[in-house]
Amino acid sequence: MAALAGLAPAPPAAATPPAARRGARWTPYLLLAPGLLWLLLFFVLPLVLLVTTSLSEPVPGGEVGATQPAFRVANYTEALADYWPWFVRSVGYGLLATVLALLIGYPLAYAIAVRARARPLVQQLLLVAVVAPFFTSFVLRTIAWRQVLADESLVVSALKALAVLPDDARLTATPLAVVAGLTYNFIPFMALPIYASLERLDPRLLEAGRDLYAGPVTTFATVTLPLSLPGVVAGTLLTFIPATGDYVNAALLGGPGSAMVGNVIDSRFFRVVDYPTAAALSFLLMALILGLVALYVRRAGTEDLL
Amino acid sequence: MSAGQVLAGAAAAEHVTSGRPGGPARRSWRHRAGDWLLPAFAGLALVYLLVPIAYTFAFSFNDAGRSNLVWRGFTLDNWRDPCGAPAVCSAVVTSLQVGVLATVLATAMGTLVALALVRHRFRFRATTNLLVFLPMATPEVVLGASLLAQFLNLRVSPGFWPVVAAHTMFCLSFVVVTVKARVASLDPRLEEAAADLYASPLQAFWRVTLPLLAPGIAAAALLSFALSFDDFIITNFNSGATDTFPKFVYVAATRGIPAQANVIGSAMFLAILAVVVVARIVTARRRRA
Amino acid sequence: MALASGASSGADLHLERLTKRFGGARGGTAAALAVDDLTLTVPAGSFFALLGPSGCGKTTTLRMVAGLEEPTSGRVLIGGQDVTATRAHQRPVNTVFQSYALFPHMDVLANVAFGLRRRGRGDAEAAAREALELVELAHLADRRPAQLSGGQQQRVALARAVVNRPAVLLLDEPLGALDLKLRRQMQVELKRIQTDVGLTFIHVTHDQEEAMTMADRVAVMNAGRVEQLGAPQELYDLPRSAFVANFLGQSNLVPGTVTGARGDLLEVALTGGGHALVPRERSVTATGPVVVGVRPEKVHIAPDAGRDDAGPAANRVGPGTVVDASFAGVSTQYLVDVPGAGRLSVFSQNLGHGPVARRGDRVRLSWAPEHSFGLRGDEDPAAGTLERESVADAVAAG
Repeated sequence: MAALAGLAPAPPAAATPPAARRGARWTPYLLLAPGLLWLLLFFVLPLVLLVTTSLSEPVPGGEVGATQPAFRVANYTEALADYWPWFVRSVGYGLLATVLALLIGYPLAYAIAVRARARPLVQQLLLVAVVAPFFTSFVLRTIAWRQVLADESLVVSALKALAVLPDDARLTATPLAVVAGLTYNFIPFMALPIYASLERLDPRLLEAGRDLYAGPVTTFATVTLPLSLPGVVAGTLLTFIPATGDYVNAALLGGPGSAMVGNVIDSRFFRVVDYPTAAALSFLLMALILGLVALYVRRAGTEDLL
Repeated sequence: MSAGQVLAGAAAAEHVTSGRPGGPARRSWRHRAGDWLLPAFAGLALVYLLVPIAYTFAFSFNDAGRSNLVWRGFTLDNWRDPCGAPAVCSAVVTSLQVGVLATVLATAMGTLVALALVRHRFRFRATTNLLVFLPMATPEVVLGASLLAQFLNLRVSPGFWPVVAAHTMFCLSFVVVTVKARVASLDPRLEEAAADLYASPLQAFWRVTLPLLAPGIAAAALLSFALSFDDFIITNFNSGATDTFPKFVYVAATRGIPAQANVIGSAMFLAILAVVVVARIVTARRRRA
Repeated sequence: MALASGASSGADLHLERLTKRFGGARGGTAAALAVDDLTLTVPAGSFFALLGPSGCGKTTTLRMVAGLEEPTSGRVLIGGQDVTATRAHQRPVNTVFQSYALFPHMDVLANVAFGLRRRGRGDAEAAAREALELVELAHLADRRPAQLSGGQQQRVALARAVVNRPAVLLLDEPLGALDLKLRRQMQVELKRIQTDVGLTFIHVTHDQEEAMTMADRVAVMNAGRVEQLGAPQELYDLPRSAFVANFLGQSNLVPGTVTGARGDLLEVALTGGGHALVPRERSVTATGPVVVGVRPEKVHIAPDAGRDDAGPAANRVGPGTVVDASFAGVSTQYLVDVPGAGRLSVFSQNLGHGPVARRGDRVRLSWAPEHSFGLRGDEDPAAGTLERESVADAVAAG
């Protein structure tokens, strides 16, 4: 303790001029500047440009793809009139894929979150298995499905041999294949939020349900399901939004009769070089998806997704 | 709905539907059935998830020529010479380059934005939150198309740098959301303690805030890289002649994907699988301890 | 062991008309006055306690001294220098936080050396080790905070602050999270360290026992203002407001009116009948309405039918009925309904083998006049009691 005598006390601070305390006001704006600028330049502006493109019209007598600014709302109406079946199909496939992903993903998430709770190692490995498809390229996976569903593949041959499928059935280039591919690609997006929601579920609530004479099915329906709803909502949104706008699955697994709006936009941009229509279709797609999402979120009552 | 209401409903429902609590014998039959039904279903689902991976892996050993559609024979040649097919490796390299650049940019900018959103009060905070969230909610087709329109208008031809710009843009949103969660869980008292101990705001940030945010930033960077590497749609719209790995595979799909692509895909899968499994085992061990 | 004595180590702290207002019209919430025109001086090298219930403004005051909160108006002077405009990292003030706020990503030694390193001290590590020895944790220098117990973390937080030898050391309810035994131990430790090192300690707490045992001087705060300031014994023996009387220990407060004087003693007619004598120097007011107070341990309880050996000049009330008798080992606490005085509590040391009175018994109460104190007539006799506090908490939180 005698050593402490050597430690001199700190001298009081010299009276400093009023420090730039108010400089703190600029900090948030400085922090935000780079990111927001980037988003402005590469997200907002492009969208604005898309709007103007969607309203532009081709230069009369000009080269293919040349457009001039205009206010041709007819672009939208024509696009809608010409391609409404594709919109219906996109929403249909998207909804179907979402529902299927839910039906497959929820039990999967439940098995991992609730049933495997006692064994954390098993839980972790199962989660890895769910996320594992992400470790290979999305395109590779989808192409692999094309091979799996091909007529000569092992799986199809086996199913035909077992008489599950008729001998002349074709699986590729069908809407079934497209929906199967969509579902497959988004199961992890559905399962993980549900898992996160269920994981937070206090097991004592389930015990309390049993203590109050609720059977397992009732407990699930009245306790587990409502409490896992935020996860379900998040999962359905994370699935539906990208699924409806997808076109890779349709391109690789589907045929001409199962094309989605994304395919049309792609072809309008690159093959037909019809920018106004492509842009109009893009906006219509976005509006459709956001509209449906807004309705859904309002009904589900969970606005706080951010 | 509060948990309490839910439980009350459960109790009421049970009383209505069953006159008496089920006898022991009946319950155990139902339980036994239910016991294996769920794990069986989950198992099937997992098999379903892993089928394409198995296929990809299997066909990476295929002694195929240029078209890897039909099984011809087993060979290790593809694995021995993964860059044998032209353009495969250069596509992978391009993907890696884009991924690294986009990740660095997105993580740096996104972290700053996350800090601003959580720690500071400023006007238009809600609007900024929404703006950051929107790219995640926009279909990739729209993002890709609009960016293409932008680049064409600016007379910038699609290629490597537009792809980097595009990837940085959508990765930014994911980084912000990931880091925000981490910043929110950071005790503000720690930064106050740093100031109390003579650290200027910059020193406090460098020595206290940043190290504590590191895991969240790392997770955001990883997510960003994964999203960038695997992206196809936006890349397809904006890359012109430049090929990233997913784009290469897609374009090659019509002609026939070289087995080397399968090798790359499988190698990626195994490498990441190894890392993740080890990390999970460590986490599980730590949780049990 | 020659150590720098108090005056030259710490510095004195002077708060001048310090005010802090939160919120305002723009935020949509009503403005809350957390600290209201506070003026006080803490002499250098003393152990000072800011005592008060939750929400009274004591933590806000502390944060303004530390520089973590900017005052709406007023000044903070340390060692005679005006530091109001300086920021936290420029002030010679260190804080021991309620949650310790140890940096989880650094080991104990790095935590303690943090402040020294920021100030560019070359011998930071050596000084940090000495500080750890001071709190008897030198053997844990390489551990991470998460590996320490609550008591150990608290001591590391203390070492981290003390090692910088600040002009003023602030402690924000540092013992709140510790269990009783540990808390008692730490109270002794803190006091020892403060006297040995000679710093100015300002200890914020809501535990009146803690404040009284550790501090040289105590300021009782309520609703942003200092109700009374003085040595613990002073405050306890002669509270000047109902809040202080009820917050520090317990009091029996009975309203009445001064009817006359008998030498140095004021004669008070208690509302509802009954009489009491209060020494003039122990009463805030000498005329008109007054609230008479006496501590429960100063009141003598005797069965009504027994002998009256209270003495001629004693204050007597009763007979009353015992409503409750709680045996607490060392003492028994009685609650007695006395017509003319209200419900009074009596702490009686258990000198005999059993309680003096049981529930339902009729008893007489008496106490020496020099133990009475007088408060302003318009005081609320329930101010500062537990029920009032919890209502205030509920209102503040809601």
